Amino acid sequence: MEILAILIPVSLFLGGIGLAAFFWAMRTRQFDDPEGDAHRILTKDWDDRPKP
Amino acid sequence: MTVVEDFSRSPISACPACTVVPAAERIAALRAERDGRIVLSLPGAGGAETISTVEAALLAVPGVRSARVNLTQKRVSLLVGPGVTAAALVGVLEEQGHEAHELDPGLLSATETDRQGRDLLMRLGVAFFSMMNVMLLSVAVWSGAEDATRDLFHWISGAIALPTVIFAGQPFFKSAWASLRQGKLGMDVPISLALILASSISVYETWMSGHHAYFDAAVMLAFFLLLGRYLDHRTRAIARSAAEELAALEVPRAILLLDGIEIETPIAEIHPGDTVLVRPGARMPVDGIVLHGASELDRSLLTGESLPVRAGEGTVVSAGEVNLTGPLTVQVTAAGKESSLHRMADLVAVAEGAKTRYTSLADRAAKLYSPLVHILSFSAFGYWMWATGGDLRYAINISAAVLIITCPCALGLAVPAVITSASGRLFRKGLLIKHGTALERLAEVDTVVFDKTGTLTLGVPEPLALADQPRDVVALAAALAAGSSHPLARALADGARALGIAPAKVTEVIEVPGQGIEGQWLGARVRLGRADWCAAEPLPMTATYLSVAGKTHAFAFTDRLRPGAEQAVRALMASGLTVELLSGDAAAPVSDLAGRLGIPNWKAGVLPAEKAARVAELSARGHRVLMVGDGLNDTAALAAAHVSISPASALDAARVASDIVLLGQDMAPIADAVRIGRQSARRMVENFLISGGYNVVAVPLALAGMATPLAAALAMSLSSITVSLNAMRLK
Repeated sequence: MEILAILIPVSLFLGGIGLAAFFWAMRTRQFDDPEGDAHRILTKDWDDRPKP
Repeated sequence: MTVVEDFSRSPISACPACTVVPAAERIAALRAERDGRIVLSLPGAGGAETISTVEAALLAVPGVRSARVNLTQKRVSLLVGPGVTAAALVGVLEEQGHEAHELDPGLLSATETDRQGRDLLMRLGVAFFSMMNVMLLSVAVWSGAEDATRDLFHWISGAIALPTVIFAGQPFFKSAWASLRQGKLGMDVPISLALILASSISVYETWMSGHHAYFDAAVMLAFFLLLGRYLDHRTRAIARSAAEELAALEVPRAILLLDGIEIETPIAEIHPGDTVLVRPGARMPVDGIVLHGASELDRSLLTGESLPVRAGEGTVVSAGEVNLTGPLTVQVTAAGKESSLHRMADLVAVAEGAKTRYTSLADRAAKLYSPLVHILSFSAFGYWMWATGGDLRYAINISAAVLIITCPCALGLAVPAVITSASGRLFRKGLLIKHGTALERLAEVDTVVFDKTGTLTLGVPEPLALADQPRDVVALAAALAAGSSHPLARALADGARALGIAPAKVTEVIEVPGQGIEGQWLGARVRLGRADWCAAEPLPMTATYLSVAGKTHAFAFTDRLRPGAEQAVRALMASGLTVELLSGDAAAPVSDLAGRLGIPNWKAGVLPAEKAARVAELSARGHRVLMVGDGLNDTAALAAAHVSISPASALDAARVASDIVLLGQDMAPIADAVRIGRQSARRMVENFLISGGYNVVAVPLALAGMATPLAAALAMSLSSITVSLNAMRLK
């Protein structure tokens, strides 16, 4: 049962990372245009160099 | 001395001429362009191709700082430097084959709804995170963890669940507090009570190292209810943003005349007393009096008349009328918010008030449900206090279990899930549901009242029986009509082209504003225009007249039917609804249309107030009226009706007053809307029955003290899922 002392914090930590990622995505407005982002990944416009 | 004083008083100005001519300063101020945001609507956008081509084309325009396409909203927003106009950018996109329209960025104020939506989504995310973690711990408890392990798991669950309930439950606590202060028991009061009671009893049980803790139920409850809230919010936000886009599409501009110079100006900067120029084909931007010019006005949007009215010096014009033939110089009497168009806002406010008086199905369910939940819970508490001889802990435990199990988890989802599914389906058919209860009200409708001009018809004239006229007469009329932008002339020219008749050779063609077109043909003077100008006998319908060498010919016109109007009327009648036609137009065109569509009840020459009175009379007799109209003369009737639909081409005031907006040209979706409305009302009732059914099974268990946290969790999730699945059955 001592393993619980490690596993429970680990599971909470991993879940917390997911929650933090969700917050970050929402703060940076990544849900504003779900359809556009799905298509944007297919464009080849800035493949050779990053967007200035 | 006086000269110096005068100079020191006058404001410092960049242009010396401005102090001489005060108007010049205003011209300069209006012409000065700043960095700005331009938003364009891209109705045809779709696919990765659009993003690259549109953004590349726009960024290639000098002065454009940034351009970003939003495919979900089908818009592109730009940051531009001075000198870049929206019209130029629309031209650039049109060259690339993309349809674009300018939007008024001031009207697209989605930030507030946006913030609310993100707030709800954040709480939903937190609730989901905790629900999953607490559920994992609970599974261990359900499968037989004991003593210290169980207590440890309960403590950890509590540490996760309590902050979550406090954070995620806030929308419910706030609204429950608001309704309690008004002395009402809304749906949110039992929800808040269940959340608080479940959490506190669980803390107490954990403290006493008891067997049952309801942390999982409390968090799950918060999650499912927030999900319903969020769905509800999203449907409304989509409808609001689409409605805003319709309003923003009409960027109101007028051509201001200052010292003979024409300046394109936003309506907001025009004041009474200014002079504006209205070109032929343009909509009147303001209320005013005609100073110079002769023309004809199309008042159909305001009064429903399809026949153009003559306008000359001294004619009083109102915003919303369309100038047909000649340029008019108009002295402004009222602009913007004071113009007759905007005064309709009062009427709309009255309409909104009437609409809120409708009690939705959800409200009616809550009214039945709320007291029942509290009574059950308290009587369970009282009974077990008596039966156990005063065991407070046991009694509170049972009453909390009753509250949690009866708590309207599925009820919170029952309506939003159906509305989200139905309005998504109708949006794809081209109908925008603006009001949450519109679908339920649509289901109750038994009478449909239509407006004629602009609703059942497009307000576009079509020549009647052109093939029966002599070919040379049509050729002559087409030749005269070819040069004009008057709608009747254009319809005539198009009609002749469709029949394959080439225009005759006419020379010296001139357009006489407000009268017609004149020319020379084989040495004789020919005229096409108004009856009195051509010395012809006027027909009792919309017509134009041709005079050749002392003889006259009349070309009669009929209004073109809106596509799908016939199917819509037939389908509505087939589903047992009474259809009526009320029009402000003359009797002849109205009876003609009623005959074509097979509508037995029609009335012509109806005034706006009479339309509203007729709708009110029908409602008083117990009928539920669906009003379909587009003009200013329909606004009062749209407001008075049980539900109302208006096409997207309608005036802003009419669109605001109506519950549903028809986005495309086709009218056939109206019949679908009624069908889907009935279906979704049925689904809502079914959903209430389903969640009631779960309670009928679970409540006796809870009352008997046999409900475990596992049973509560199962009942809650199963009922929520069944309700959502039932909502998705809509076809």
